[in-house]
Amino acid sequence: MGRELLRIEHLHKEFEGKTVLDDLSLTLREGEVAVIVGPSGCGKSTLLRCVNALEPVQGGSIFLDGEEIHADPRKLPQLRQKVGMVFQSYELFPHKSILDNITLAPRMVQKRGREDAEAEALALLERVGLADRAKDYPRQLSGGQKQRVAIVRSLIMHPALMLFDEVTAALDPEMVREVLDVLLDLAKQGRTMLIVTHEMQFARAVADRILFLDDGGIVEEGRPLDFFDHPKTERAQRFLNTFTFETVKE
Amino acid sequence: MQALGFEVLWKGKNFARLMGGLWVALRISLIAVGISLVAGVLMGALMTRKNPVVKALTRLYLETVRIMPQMVLLFLAFFGTTRWFGWNLSGETASVIVFALWGTAEMGDLVRGALESIPRHQYESAAALGLDGKQSFLYVILPQTLRRLLPQVINLVTRMIKTTSLVLMIGVVEMLKVAQQIIEANRMKVPNAAFGVYLTVLVLYFLACWPVSLLAKALEKRWS
Ligand SMILES: Nc1ncnc2c1ncn2[C@@H]1O[C@H](COP(=O)(O)OP(=O)(O)O)[C@@H](O)[C@H]1O
Ligand SMILES: [Mg+2]
Repeated sequence: MGRELLRIEHLHKEFEGKTVLDDLSLTLREGEVAVIVGPSGCGKSTLLRCVNALEPVQGGSIFLDGEEIHADPRKLPQLRQKVGMVFQSYELFPHKSILDNITLAPRMVQKRGREDAEAEALALLERVGLADRAKDYPRQLSGGQKQRVAIVRSLIMHPALMLFDEVTAALDPEMVREVLDVLLDLAKQGRTMLIVTHEMQFARAVADRILFLDDGGIVEEGRPLDFFDHPKTERAQRFLNTFTFETVKE
Repeated sequence: MQALGFEVLWKGKNFARLMGGLWVALRISLIAVGISLVAGVLMGALMTRKNPVVKALTRLYLETVRIMPQMVLLFLAFFGTTRWFGWNLSGETASVIVFALWGTAEMGDLVRGALESIPRHQYESAAALGLDGKQSFLYVILPQTLRRLLPQVINLVTRMIKTTSLVLMIGVVEMLKVAQQIIEANRMKVPNAAFGVYLTVLVLYFLACWPVSLLAKALEKRWS
């Protein structure tokens, strides 16, 4: 695994006096896939949002490739190009076609030519099986398809780091797989990713490292097999138990 | 036809004068609408700012312009400026100023409402892609805002066109004023002229506002 890409040091985040992340530290190396799991409301989304400065922080620092993220607001658009983020609710731009959704940022932010941007957009769409939907509008697509487009829209900026916040949580069960397959494919390509998910089977398959977040801090971290089969802390054991059912029939 | 007094329209240059009056009304509306649409977008963007001073000032402007009847504003702009500042604005200039001020306030409030109805996540996904504030506003937020606004803006524009008939109060000879002059001049010979002339005015106002709604329908279809 490569050099250090993301370093979070003593991060402190609160909302109106209520602490959500407390003295949280974490590093991520190039090519590494870290999956964050934890109970609802423990601060997973907030952590991701701090990483690309959608949330201000009250303490600590975050470095991307050695550059401090929260230091200078004027540098933010520049830094955010290096961090792709995909949200649970896809957030495609409803007034733009799929192709225009994808090419807007490369053309306006990176000043790439239309032809160049569209060629790459089509190649990426092809890769997620949606090449024939380029001219459609978001409302014509299913949730799973929209989410794959949102991933492509992020990828075309060539981010060094990708953030995924429960990208399958809003999907019908039969669409979850098609989106997770895209993520698995990205992992195989060696991309650096920070993934929040409730799909434990998927987490086990995709992660190099599992981070268990609870009460504003990382309570336990380890390789997926160790974490899922032999959780060390009692809180992690209790959390994992919520995903298993005892049989009721003899 | 005799009974409705349409024939007065064909006497001398009456019809041409009426059309001239319509043009005056349309000219005032079009200039004022043009200014209002652009300034209203800026105004609306300003009204969504969190700065309390900006908030209070824009609110004050909006409420003042709204509370005052347009007629009072016209008198203030026309007679008031002469009396207090010694300005000699033409009736038409004063009218454009008043309608632009009013239109900007109304448009600003519409834009504010539409901007606030765009989900926060749209701003965030634009920001996450590296768009700066200006790019996000221009390419992501504003186009969606305008689409949501379309029906209300059309309503405002037609209201503005119709309200221009008030400018006759400060001596601008627009369509309604011409109509009154024609009726007045024919009071003895064609006492029924009022019907025909006002009916014509009605149709002309309709024809002026109709293209606006046609345009709106076409846009709505294209954007849906
Ligand atoms: N904008 C906000 N204002 C106030 N509190 C918030 C805000 N966003 C999140 N929180 C609170 O922060 C905590 C963590 O939220 P979140 O990061 O969304 O949790 P998770 O993604 O792990 O479910 C929750 O208690 C939530 O209520
Ligand atoms: Mg969340």
